[in-house]
Amino acid sequence: MSAPNKSYDPVEVEALKPEEIERMRDEALAAFAGADSLEALQEAKVAHTGGTSPLALANREIGALPPHAKAAAGKLVGQARGAVNKGLAARQAELEAERDQRVLVEEAVDVTLPYDRVPAGARHPLTTLSERIEDVFVAMGYEVAEGPQVEAEWFNFDALNIGPDHPARGEADTFFVEGPDGGSDSGVVLRTHTSPVQVRSLLDRELPVYVICPGRVYRTDELDATHTPVFHQVELLAVDEGLTMADLKGTMDHMVQALFGEGMKTRLRPNFFPFTEPSAEMDMVCYVCRGESVGNPDRPCRTCSSEGWIELGGCGMVNPRVLTACGVDPEKYSGFAFGFGIERMLMFRHNVEDMRDMVEGDVRFTRPFGMEI
Amino acid sequence: MRVPLSWLREYVDLPATETGRDVQAKLISAGLEVETVEQLGDGLKGPLVVGQVLTIEELTEFKKPIRFCTVDVGQANGTGEPQELICGARNFQVGDKVVVVLPGAVLPGGFEIAARKTYGRVSHGMICSSNELGMGDDGSHGIIVLPPETEVGKDAIELLELVDEVLDIAVTANRGDCLSIRGVARETAIGYGLPLRDPALLDVPGPNAFGYPVQVSDPIGCDRFTARTVTGLSPEARSPIWLQRRLQKVGMRPISLTVDVTNYVMMELGQPLHAYDRNLVHGTIGVRRAEEGERLVTLDDIERKLHAEDLVITDERGPIGLAGVMGGAHTEIADHDDVENATTDVVIEAAHFDQVAIARTARRHKLSSEASRRYERGVDPAAAAAAAQRTVDLLVLLAGGTADAGVTEVVTPSAPHTLTVRADHPDKVAGVEYGRETVVRRLQQIGCDVYGQDELIVTVPSWRPDLLEPNDLAEEVIRLEGYENLPSTLPKPPSGRGLTHRQRLHRRVGRALAGEGYVEAPNYPFVSEQVFDQLGLAADDPARRVVKLVNPLNDEEPALRTSLLPGLLGALRRNDGRGSHDLALFETGLVFQPREERRVAGHLPVDRRPTEEEIAALNAVLPEQPRHVAVVLAGAREQAGWWGKGRPADWADAVEAARVVAREAGAELIVRTGQYGPWHPGRCAELAITADGGERVIGHAGELHPRVLKALGLPARTGAMELDLDALEQVGDGAPQAPSISTFPVATQDVALVVDKPVPAAEVEAALREGAGELLEAIRLFDVYVNDEQLGDGKKSLAYALRFRAGDRTLTVDEASAARDAAVALAGERTGAVLRG
Repeated sequence: MSAPNKSYDPVEVEALKPEEIERMRDEALAAFAGADSLEALQEAKVAHTGGTSPLALANREIGALPPHAKAAAGKLVGQARGAVNKGLAARQAELEAERDQRVLVEEAVDVTLPYDRVPAGARHPLTTLSERIEDVFVAMGYEVAEGPQVEAEWFNFDALNIGPDHPARGEADTFFVEGPDGGSDSGVVLRTHTSPVQVRSLLDRELPVYVICPGRVYRTDELDATHTPVFHQVELLAVDEGLTMADLKGTMDHMVQALFGEGMKTRLRPNFFPFTEPSAEMDMVCYVCRGESVGNPDRPCRTCSSEGWIELGGCGMVNPRVLTACGVDPEKYSGFAFGFGIERMLMFRHNVEDMRDMVEGDVRFTRPFGMEI
Repeated sequence: MRVPLSWLREYVDLPATETGRDVQAKLISAGLEVETVEQLGDGLKGPLVVGQVLTIEELTEFKKPIRFCTVDVGQANGTGEPQELICGARNFQVGDKVVVVLPGAVLPGGFEIAARKTYGRVSHGMICSSNELGMGDDGSHGIIVLPPETEVGKDAIELLELVDEVLDIAVTANRGDCLSIRGVARETAIGYGLPLRDPALLDVPGPNAFGYPVQVSDPIGCDRFTARTVTGLSPEARSPIWLQRRLQKVGMRPISLTVDVTNYVMMELGQPLHAYDRNLVHGTIGVRRAEEGERLVTLDDIERKLHAEDLVITDERGPIGLAGVMGGAHTEIADHDDVENATTDVVIEAAHFDQVAIARTARRHKLSSEASRRYERGVDPAAAAAAAQRTVDLLVLLAGGTADAGVTEVVTPSAPHTLTVRADHPDKVAGVEYGRETVVRRLQQIGCDVYGQDELIVTVPSWRPDLLEPNDLAEEVIRLEGYENLPSTLPKPPSGRGLTHRQRLHRRVGRALAGEGYVEAPNYPFVSEQVFDQLGLAADDPARRVVKLVNPLNDEEPALRTSLLPGLLGALRRNDGRGSHDLALFETGLVFQPREERRVAGHLPVDRRPTEEEIAALNAVLPEQPRHVAVVLAGAREQAGWWGKGRPADWADAVEAARVVAREAGAELIVRTGQYGPWHPGRCAELAITADGGERVIGHAGELHPRVLKALGLPARTGAMELDLDALEQVGDGAPQAPSISTFPVATQDVALVVDKPVPAAEVEAALREGAGELLEAIRLFDVYVNDEQLGDGKKSLAYALRFRAGDRTLTVDEASAARDAAVALAGERTGAVLRG
């Protein structure tokens, strides 16, 4: 740095001439504008704002000016430097925005790429449909009761008013369990229905009893498109004071509404079961056509074969003999029961065409059902 | 029970416009399950006429013998000229009356008839078989040959009653009365509110002393036995067309006149009948229980060894019939063809047998007949005499027989069943106010005698032995008033407690495994005993003790599963075979473990609640049935894709599945090195819990043994896990406790420890945890490194990240280091671990 020189005339110092300062400023701004990349701008920055840049050198000269000239020169140079820095920052921002834009475009991906790294699992629809039905009743206050699948004949038959010589016992297509030493009489069977759980519930629980009994049952049918030797039932039992068939019907109406939507209803047809009296077969109105396909060939319904009704299961008022066998006073208490097959409901609710699809465990069948239905 | 509408109309004057479908709807709403209404002769269009064969020319130049016939069809063909017809059947001769379908007619199935050239001739129509006319089997194996007296040119559609509707009813076990036209007619009459012409209302002569001698030695097994005799039956007499047709329509095959008549009356009145050739019966007919070891050849030509409980019909030489089930071969009515031994005199039996006795005999001999089906379900005892009379009348009418004046009736007197029921009982059962008047009217309609006001004294009709209790009567009233008219009300159950812990866990486990990518595959529990060999179980493995079935569907699989693996691996193989190779399956389900001591489950009474001891004794016979959970995996666990490489499923996935399940159960699962049958001996984890102060092994996980994979035809490296979910549930924490969360900074320290290869990482980690003390917040194994050169032979390096934190202050580096050193020191002491330098 040169020492102050009081006799120095600023006008004679070339660098501090106002037109020179303006030129330096314009050259810098032009260089910034001309820089087409952040790297070029960096070079221009060093050249025009660095320690050896013309304006920096000019600034240094100010010190050598006589005091009266310093202020004017300082102002001149300061303004020029301000303009240059502002121009630099603006160009810097411009170029950075351009770069960011470019990089983000380069980083773009195809968001439609599939990502089946670990294919989704699923629960079996028989499980989830059963749970769905359980939940309808649990919400009403019922409890879920379970029982053994290998069951004593007394629970599966006798206590349900199906005595040893009852014709229904022979028609039950029962799997019998081998007795001691391979004998054929063990008094034990694979339960042919979930009804023994009713008996167990009445024996185990305090009255009134409101239970729903889902589970596997067994009958000696060969597997084909419409039969399976192992299937699932849900059975309902309510025993309380003053229960009526109207209560049975109302409960069933509620269930089909919960499962199939508003306006659904059921229909009872007389039938016979040893463990209920009176007994009925229960149908629900077809949830697809709501009965409108009946006698209407233009609108055939595949789900109900244009019958308007879908057969659901058997039901009735608990036979007083069953109550007696369970130690419940039939003079004081009455009850209703209802049972149906989950497979059948799955078939018509979800258009399953072949029973075998439900038992073979093919992942292609089960996956679409996900976690709940 | 098949019920032709034409037959039904004989007893109920149904409006002519009522169709089978209309009647079906009425009967269904009354409680009879009419499954189908068969339209006989649907689409049938004449001319179909009776013809007489004039000439037969045998054509022999074809592969099978063919006949060219001329047949007189009267004026039915418009010309009166003989009709020229080609026929392939051979069961007829010149002069026979046959059924001819003429050109222009349409046979059932839309088969249009036209004159057409065949076998070198022109056939102007054809001679018909019963099959072609949709009549069912008549046993002729050829064309229909009509009785000689049939008029030529007559319309055969009417003659053979080809157009009819048949209701097929699935009769429930309580309605034996509806296994007859009479019973169905009664229900129809009630349904339409029309009177019934009861075919059992016949004039029957009273019993007398000169009927065929009958001795009933077991009045409980047989409370009624009517015997009638008809003599002088014409051996040439055949069942008339109308009778044959009705039998065909109800699904029976015409056999011979006498047998046809007994079958006809059984169908009409529901009373099983038997006809004995009187000349083959020796002496008094008896009814008694069989003697143990007695033998009888039944009509189906099977020799049966009788049981002391079997009711038999005897003559003086021994059993001649299995009462109520099937007659004996020795006293059988002769066939028409057997001219030499033609039956001319018969004894008719119309008896009433005990329901239970017949049911047991039928079951014991695996012999279900039309007769036994009816006796098991209840036959009207009061109809026996009428049924015998009806049979006699028909034999006299159709076979030219003479009714013997003797009438035998052995009857054990019994009072009709009477019960008392409150008049408002049906109202209370239904939840509807019917009122006394309606109740009484409905009960009377079904044949009850009813007396009384608030308490009704009801005598039920003899044909409804199923009406025993008040609820039975309530059902009659409610069904006749219409189930469809029941209102819909909702009861108010008390508040429930929701699902049990076990039920919630079962659901959670399913969701968690499905969330991990497993697909649920529930399998049948039937297994073969060979599968335990294939799974490599030791000879004394408790899992080999199985519950077996007496009557398995498949003789190869007589046992119930003790493990979920056989079924689940089967599903894996099935999926693999169908082209799905990357598989992760799970199942939850019961397994069946027999008791140490096998016993027979007794039969408890049903007229009272069994005692707690009785219930416990019954339960003690049943096998243990714990719920297991299992997974199997094969192929890729993570698929390869644009993101990079995939990852094959391996033992670690199987073990992790166990941890997932344990987490859901809130249970502490001990995972340690194990060895068990189906698993790879070096890749098997034993899964254990701490229960009742000790450890209990509840399952295994890992990669399956290559030998097992080979034996079961499974993909390489298939992994599996199975554990006892119920046992896990027992030790699960109820409610998790919230940890206290410190907001002071964390101090992280990594350590790499070198141990011998067989040292389980779990042990090293446990020692580190314990040694680090309570400042340790978390520990994580982040690398396992094996390099014999750097680490030495048989060594591995385990790298752990330790996170330390205090609840009340910022830890100093010294504090964290001290805790780390303590951890390393204890690991060194327990497992020989050395800090890697």
